[in-house]
Amino acid sequence: MGKIREINVSELVPPIREACGTMAVQYSCDILEAMRRGREAEENERARSVLDLLLENAGIAERERIPICQDTGMIIAFARIGQDVHFSGGSFTEAVCEGVRQGYREYYLRASVVDDPLYDRINTRDNTPAVIHTEITEGDGVEITLMAKGFGSENKSAVAMLTPADGEQGIVDFVVDTVRKAGPNACPPLIIGVGIGGTFESCALLSKKALLRSLNESNPDARYAALEDRLLQEVNATGIGPQGLRGKTTALKVQIEQMPTHIAGMPCAVNICCHVCRHAKVVL
Amino acid sequence: MRKLKLPLSPEERRSLRAGEGVLLSGRIYTARDAAHKRLHEMLERGEPLPFDLQDACIYYVGPTPAKEGQAIGSAGPTTSSRMDPYTPELIENGMQAMIGKGRRSDAVKQAIVSRGAVYFVTVGGAGALLSRCIQKRRMIAFEDLLAEAVTELTVEDFPCYVGIDTFGNDIYDL
Repeated sequence: MGKIREINVSELVPPIREACGTMAVQYSCDILEAMRRGREAEENERARSVLDLLLENAGIAERERIPICQDTGMIIAFARIGQDVHFSGGSFTEAVCEGVRQGYREYYLRASVVDDPLYDRINTRDNTPAVIHTEITEGDGVEITLMAKGFGSENKSAVAMLTPADGEQGIVDFVVDTVRKAGPNACPPLIIGVGIGGTFESCALLSKKALLRSLNESNPDARYAALEDRLLQEVNATGIGPQGLRGKTTALKVQIEQMPTHIAGMPCAVNICCHVCRHAKVVL
Repeated sequence: MRKLKLPLSPEERRSLRAGEGVLLSGRIYTARDAAHKRLHEMLERGEPLPFDLQDACIYYVGPTPAKEGQAIGSAGPTTSSRMDPYTPELIENGMQAMIGKGRRSDAVKQAIVSRGAVYFVTVGGAGALLSRCIQKRRMIAFEDLLAEAVTELTVEDFPCYVGIDTFGNDIYDL
């Protein structure tokens, strides 16, 4: 049996606070590169000027530490916790939320969370609670990947309980249809996370995890990598373009994650993200 | 880009065409989901609104908090369609212009055409850049809604496209 690693939960707070601040003002390099490539490929004048404006905005945000977008998102934390870890000094969940609370206050980010979804809808004033997904791993490591997800794009996401006979074409039709319905509202250029397999809820989670992958990486399975390319082509063939004002750059990348599923099913989830796809990793 | 001073005269509004780039200057009000619901409830109860809707321009935005020395934080548009259920009523009560992003419902389009209003769109995810065009911000109502409060902004050369013109032409269908 491995030795138990003791971690005081207060150690989680500062790195989570800092990650919240950084994610809001700084695009990751892979997204900036993809936007620049999109800009070069565009022939439509309005599409080019929209991408120029977004790139100019990125520069201002990073230099002046002003959030890229006013929707600084709801925090989703994917925590991978080694089974040889013991947390002490308080609640793990509360510590994650405290990091978010401090980050959103200190870095002047928008409080965008309401306490009750249907009736009260009272702003919790500090962007908590975060949505926390935990996974138990071997060893004594702790790795938390944070995502600050905006809702213009989240609102346009969808799940379909496809069946085996729907095949690859069924996936393509569903993804392209979801992007068409999103149209300009989800703030293209998009990054599209696709989860295939699992169950109703796990394929939705997979589609969100797919958004965490670098845009420079494809699915390790060549068949799924080819499907990612095909989906990107079909999505960009819609001509929706940056901000829905026509053009080639409707999406920057389609990212697929797959997992085993039931003999009767082929669930498919499409998690739409705008170009402001904010994520950061905290390792303890 | 054509420079326009708000409020716009009926002739100016009629001269605009979907797809045209414009720079707006003047006074605009911020309101999004929760504020629209409250404005609707006040109209239903026959109460006076916290600001004069006549010839008003509403910007669908929930900015990030301002740091010291800033008028406002990041301030890009939010998705307009969520305001569609409330919009025809506001147009009928005098609102002349809206700024947001994305498509509008047929009912909104009809109200725009029948009252000669105009819908502008601006670039989503460009809140840092757009904040530079906002000189002043003043609290008007619903402070408890935080980012969703109604505030009055003074803007200069705020970049937009004409989204839906007074004839019902739509930038997203061009």
